[in-house]
Amino acid sequence: MSEHTAASFHDSVQQLRRRYPDDRSAIMGALHLAQGNHGGWLPPEALEEVAEAMELTPAYVQSVASFYDMYRLAPVGRHSIEVCTNLSCALAGAQGVVDAFEEQLGVAPGETTEDGEVTFRLIECAGGCGYAPVVVVDNRYREPVGPDQVPTIVEELRSPSRG
Amino acid sequence: MAELTVLRDAAERDLTKLGEYRATGGYQQLEKARGMAPEELIETISNAKLRGRGGAGFAMGRKMSLVPPADKRSGPAYVVSNADESEPGAFKDREIMRRTPHRFIEGCLIAAHGIQSKNVFIYIRGEYLTEFEVLSQAVEEARGAGVFGDTDVVVHRGAGAYICGEESALLDSLEGKRGQPRPRPPFPPVTGLYAGPTLVNNVQTLASVPAILELGVARYVQIGVEAAPGTVVYSLSGNVNRPGNYELPLGTTLRQLIFDHGHGVAEGRGLKAIIPGGSSVPVFTPDQLDVPLDFDAVQAAGSFLGSAAVIVVDDRACMVQLGLRAEKFYMHESCGKCTPCREGTRWLVQLLERIERGHGTQGDLDLLRNVCDRILGKSLCALGDFAVYCVASYVDKFYDEFQSHIDQGGCPFGGESSIEGVLAPSDMHTHSPMASPVPA
Repeated sequence: MSEHTAASFHDSVQQLRRRYPDDRSAIMGALHLAQGNHGGWLPPEALEEVAEAMELTPAYVQSVASFYDMYRLAPVGRHSIEVCTNLSCALAGAQGVVDAFEEQLGVAPGETTEDGEVTFRLIECAGGCGYAPVVVVDNRYREPVGPDQVPTIVEELRSPSRG
Repeated sequence: MAELTVLRDAAERDLTKLGEYRATGGYQQLEKARGMAPEELIETISNAKLRGRGGAGFAMGRKMSLVPPADKRSGPAYVVSNADESEPGAFKDREIMRRTPHRFIEGCLIAAHGIQSKNVFIYIRGEYLTEFEVLSQAVEEARGAGVFGDTDVVVHRGAGAYICGEESALLDSLEGKRGQPRPRPPFPPVTGLYAGPTLVNNVQTLASVPAILELGVARYVQIGVEAAPGTVVYSLSGNVNRPGNYELPLGTTLRQLIFDHGHGVAEGRGLKAIIPGGSSVPVFTPDQLDVPLDFDAVQAAGSFLGSAAVIVVDDRACMVQLGLRAEKFYMHESCGKCTPCREGTRWLVQLLERIERGHGTQGDLDLLRNVCDRILGKSLCALGDFAVYCVASYVDKFYDEFQSHIDQGGCPFGGESSIEGVLAPSDMHTHSPMASPVPA
């Protein structure tokens, strides 16, 4: 993190803390911010930055971060592809979509492609059951997605024009 | 077409814009409410018999009246809206927040006046990023226009945890802790957020409040059924031709919802099972299609309306597989605080896996029920119960299918079930291998 990013992170967290009667409530927002600054996951130094800005211990910050699925404590790819396989999506054929991504990406769910571009994972119900199967690409919902749309999604992420 | 209250005008107008919402009479009910004494407002909501749309169906007016009035409390009271919609099958709050955020905000502010609170917190699940943005923008627009007065509204983003939809876990999470349920009593209206009196209500419940004031109690109670007036946004999903959200009067039957609105089972297949209130509730069979979808009628028929999330299952699905997939969800989402839920959900997954793979014995079916009994009612929150309601009902209502797995030494669908081999996030976990009390 650059000095500028560090200063602005610190300021943003202080701003968040002022929004709550008890400033510890800002920890989730601070973790979201830190994760964004660190390429989509929370390395130990990110937890330390949050701890410092929140005036909490790194151990406490880690205890909170490790509870929630969206805080990632291991490195992730530049992009993320997530497929919901809960009941409604499963009934609508989500496993076919999982298989198609597995084939297209060459990695199993839970893994990152060798080039570090895409982390592929399964998720629990995302709240798109009426538009199943639900696929979440870089935190944005695509719904519904059939196996035939999978190559286009992967290609889109891998094309150099995309940040 | 039935009268809409929650999603009224949302198809015709872009209600995410303050001007558009105001053009339909938006925020006028807030003005009306602020002209009423708080106790009068609570009485109005009580008389309208508005019941919570988040799952438990608790009367909102009653909940408000449990919050000590301003002169009988030492500190501030809070309004917390539960927008952590995570029940498998439910996607109604998402639509409400995305399409009519101001009606929801208006409901929050009316509730705040009722309990004389100056602080509203909206806890929205982290995955709903687009909805978070829409809602935050609406909050800022309303704030800028002076709608809030001296009340503050904070939109708080969660980070992926089903348990945080449980109100006491939500409060811990909002306080900056791991989201684990609290022992009760005390209940949130007495001791909630920051130990202050707190009114916790679901998005749809709050979004239903403006219509009560607009229509008046006498007209509002004409919608729906006598014990539970009003509309509900039913989330219809699964093997149905037209899945989606349908705002209809409470008491609409399953048959009307699935066949009239949802145009029947997809691909003309046979109907096998219906989950009437999200994955956590006991399953219904096709002979129960005429059950009206209101709190009391669904309960009398042996299930719960829950979040009114209706999942249609056609005859291609293996019920053991469905139970296994549901159970893996509860295992994954158990917060780990209470032993019966934390360990029991793992045992249920292992037993179901054995049965599905053809290694189950007759005794395993009894053991499955025995484990269910040892979880039910023995945890601080309802997640443990949810993990049991679904699977126990699959065993009870589809006993022959479970029995066939034992008798045939494998799945009678022979690899042809519609959900064959579906993986769950917990299948990917390598960091916490499960202990194996039941040898596979």
